[in-house]
Amino acid sequence: MEAFTQLDGLVVPLDRANVDTDVIIPKQFLKSIKRTGFGPNLFDAWRYRDHGEPGQDNSARPLREEFILNQPRYQGASILLVRENFGCGSSREHAVWAMQDYGFRCVIGPSFAEIFSSNCGKNGVLAIRLDANTMDKLFDEVEANTGYRLHVDLERQQISRVNGELIPFDFDPALKQLLLNGIDEISVTLQHSDEIRAYEQQRLQKTPWLFTDLA
Amino acid sequence: MNAKTLYDKLWHDHIVRDNGDGTCLIYIDRHLLHEVTSPQAFEGLKLENRQPWRSAASLAVPDHNVPTINRQHISDPVSRLQLETLDDNVRHWNIPYIKLFDERQGIVHVMGPEQGACLPGMIIVCGDSHTTTNGALGALAFGIGTSEVEHVLVTQTLQLKKSANMRINVTGCLPAAVTAKDMALYIIGKIGTAGGTGYVIEFSGDAISDLSMESRMTLCNMAIEAGARTGMIAVDDKTINYVKGRPFAPTGEMWQQAVANWQTLRSDADAVFDLELTVDATDIRPTVTWGTSPEMVISIEECIPDPDQEPDPVKREGMRNALAYMALEPGTPICDVKIDKVFIGSCTNSRIEDLRAAADIARGKKLAPTIKEALVVPGSGLVKKQAEQEGLDKVFIEAGFQWREPGCSMCLGMNDDRLGAGERCASTSNRNFEGRQGPGGRTHLVSPAMAAAAAIAGHFVDVRHI
Ligand code: SF4
Repeated sequence: MEAFTQLDGLVVPLDRANVDTDVIIPKQFLKSIKRTGFGPNLFDAWRYRDHGEPGQDNSARPLREEFILNQPRYQGASILLVRENFGCGSSREHAVWAMQDYGFRCVIGPSFAEIFSSNCGKNGVLAIRLDANTMDKLFDEVEANTGYRLHVDLERQQISRVNGELIPFDFDPALKQLLLNGIDEISVTLQHSDEIRAYEQQRLQKTPWLFTDLA
Repeated sequence: MNAKTLYDKLWHDHIVRDNGDGTCLIYIDRHLLHEVTSPQAFEGLKLENRQPWRSAASLAVPDHNVPTINRQHISDPVSRLQLETLDDNVRHWNIPYIKLFDERQGIVHVMGPEQGACLPGMIIVCGDSHTTTNGALGALAFGIGTSEVEHVLVTQTLQLKKSANMRINVTGCLPAAVTAKDMALYIIGKIGTAGGTGYVIEFSGDAISDLSMESRMTLCNMAIEAGARTGMIAVDDKTINYVKGRPFAPTGEMWQQAVANWQTLRSDADAVFDLELTVDATDIRPTVTWGTSPEMVISIEECIPDPDQEPDPVKREGMRNALAYMALEPGTPICDVKIDKVFIGSCTNSRIEDLRAAADIARGKKLAPTIKEALVVPGSGLVKKQAEQEGLDKVFIEAGFQWREPGCSMCLGMNDDRLGAGERCASTSNRNFEGRQGPGGRTHLVSPAMAAAAAIAGHFVDVRHI
């Protein structure tokens, strides 16, 4: 996993609550067996006028100019501001892969669906929760100022605004360590292989029916 | 404070290691796999040169992409490649597999309990959010992302943080013709799609005890739509009778041992929940969603709501977007809303009792002439077989419905079963998101009986008056 320490990035506001993962990456793109290449289809139905299918030349497709990601001032953004319950619905990790492939490394909102925020963590995308008032303020500021950027510091758990004001944020300490060091969670778990084996032995004695092989 | 909730008990039973930082390494008893969320996980194994920890704890089945008609030839090459990739991966890694042409094949969440692969007391995961369905068995079952699929394959565990406990106590008796689906939609309407975020919900109370096992699955299935990690229901005699005799269920002496253990799978009487809610089942009516989020619900007696009456600006904007997408006017009685298509199926409502309820409404009747297509898609090959033995297929076909092969089908339209742009559907599935059933398609979530009744009438009708 790519480490996350600091990010200085252009911010784009997506002012809608309950954005679901079906919208973030529509199902027709879930047929891919790869982890990459989803970026051009992020928010596909909101971004393009036509219906997207896998394998298309996306650069030739008609855009919905009014959609926020298509506006010239937000090109190159790497921080996404969102509203409540972002990433609800389907567990598809493709949603995070698409955001990452598009260039987002950080998403800031008042709340996220649980599987979505877990998926962010596994892919080095920072999902930061801020209270609703702070979110409102950020939405107002980014809309009022072209080229609005934020600086995110995971180590210090703070976001700095251009005027120097700091916004502290809470972050899961275990995930923070993994992200700062870019450590793959599976290798951490495998260090405890003996404990897993011991657990299995003891459970096999106590609850053998849980170990019926399905083969 | 030794009293534990059902969730506490299952969590504690599965701790391999407490990491001391708020997370625990949790053992996973059963891992279900399907073609859409597994390929990248298997690829990860290859890239890192890792092996599955315990292949025989997994069970794979193709369901999301599969055609429900003309299965011999999968015309879409991208879908075909994904299905072939699952075939290759399970063979390569020696994962137990139910193939497309096996009569047990079906939607993963229907197949798991049906086969007894999912049992009370287990922790069950799958790269699919509706894994919560299995909570009906008194199991802790939840959806995971593909990175976690890989983690479970390699270690048979997950690094997790415990959720908070919520109990929803459903008192009283459901009125006649009101179902677990209506209950699920009603509860989501009350607490919202983020109402359960951070919680595991235990459903309890008289109305829950009264539900059949299949209805409990319908309810737990939609716990994810309330934002919860999962939903679960304590084990009772119905649970044990349901599991008994299933192909992978324990037998003989081991069965006795298992039952003794399962009988303890309930919250202690004095267990404390972080949040408790009470819902009166007698308040629930046949329910329909009007918008693009499962919390946008009204009863069949009501009219489409008016965003101008909504005080919260973010919600108001959400309602306006939803009404525009759904092409609905505030104040329209939901009964006057005409539909184009009907879908009876999905992991929410494709088990035998669902098909019986729909067939009871359709028997001896005909689809309204304005209905372009009405699909009945059984949840598994075994559900299909059972329905055919009961003659339900004939009831549907005579009424003008199409009787299909099992799979996810028009729940999400990854195969050819889709809504066209602007088409309006009465659907027994679980998500009414924009484009969920096809780009531009408009979904109204209802119970199987309500869907069948709408197919006959051509618009929504109150099943209680049929
Ligand atoms: S039926 Fe629908 S909700 Fe259920 S697993 Fe399939 S796609 Fe997901």
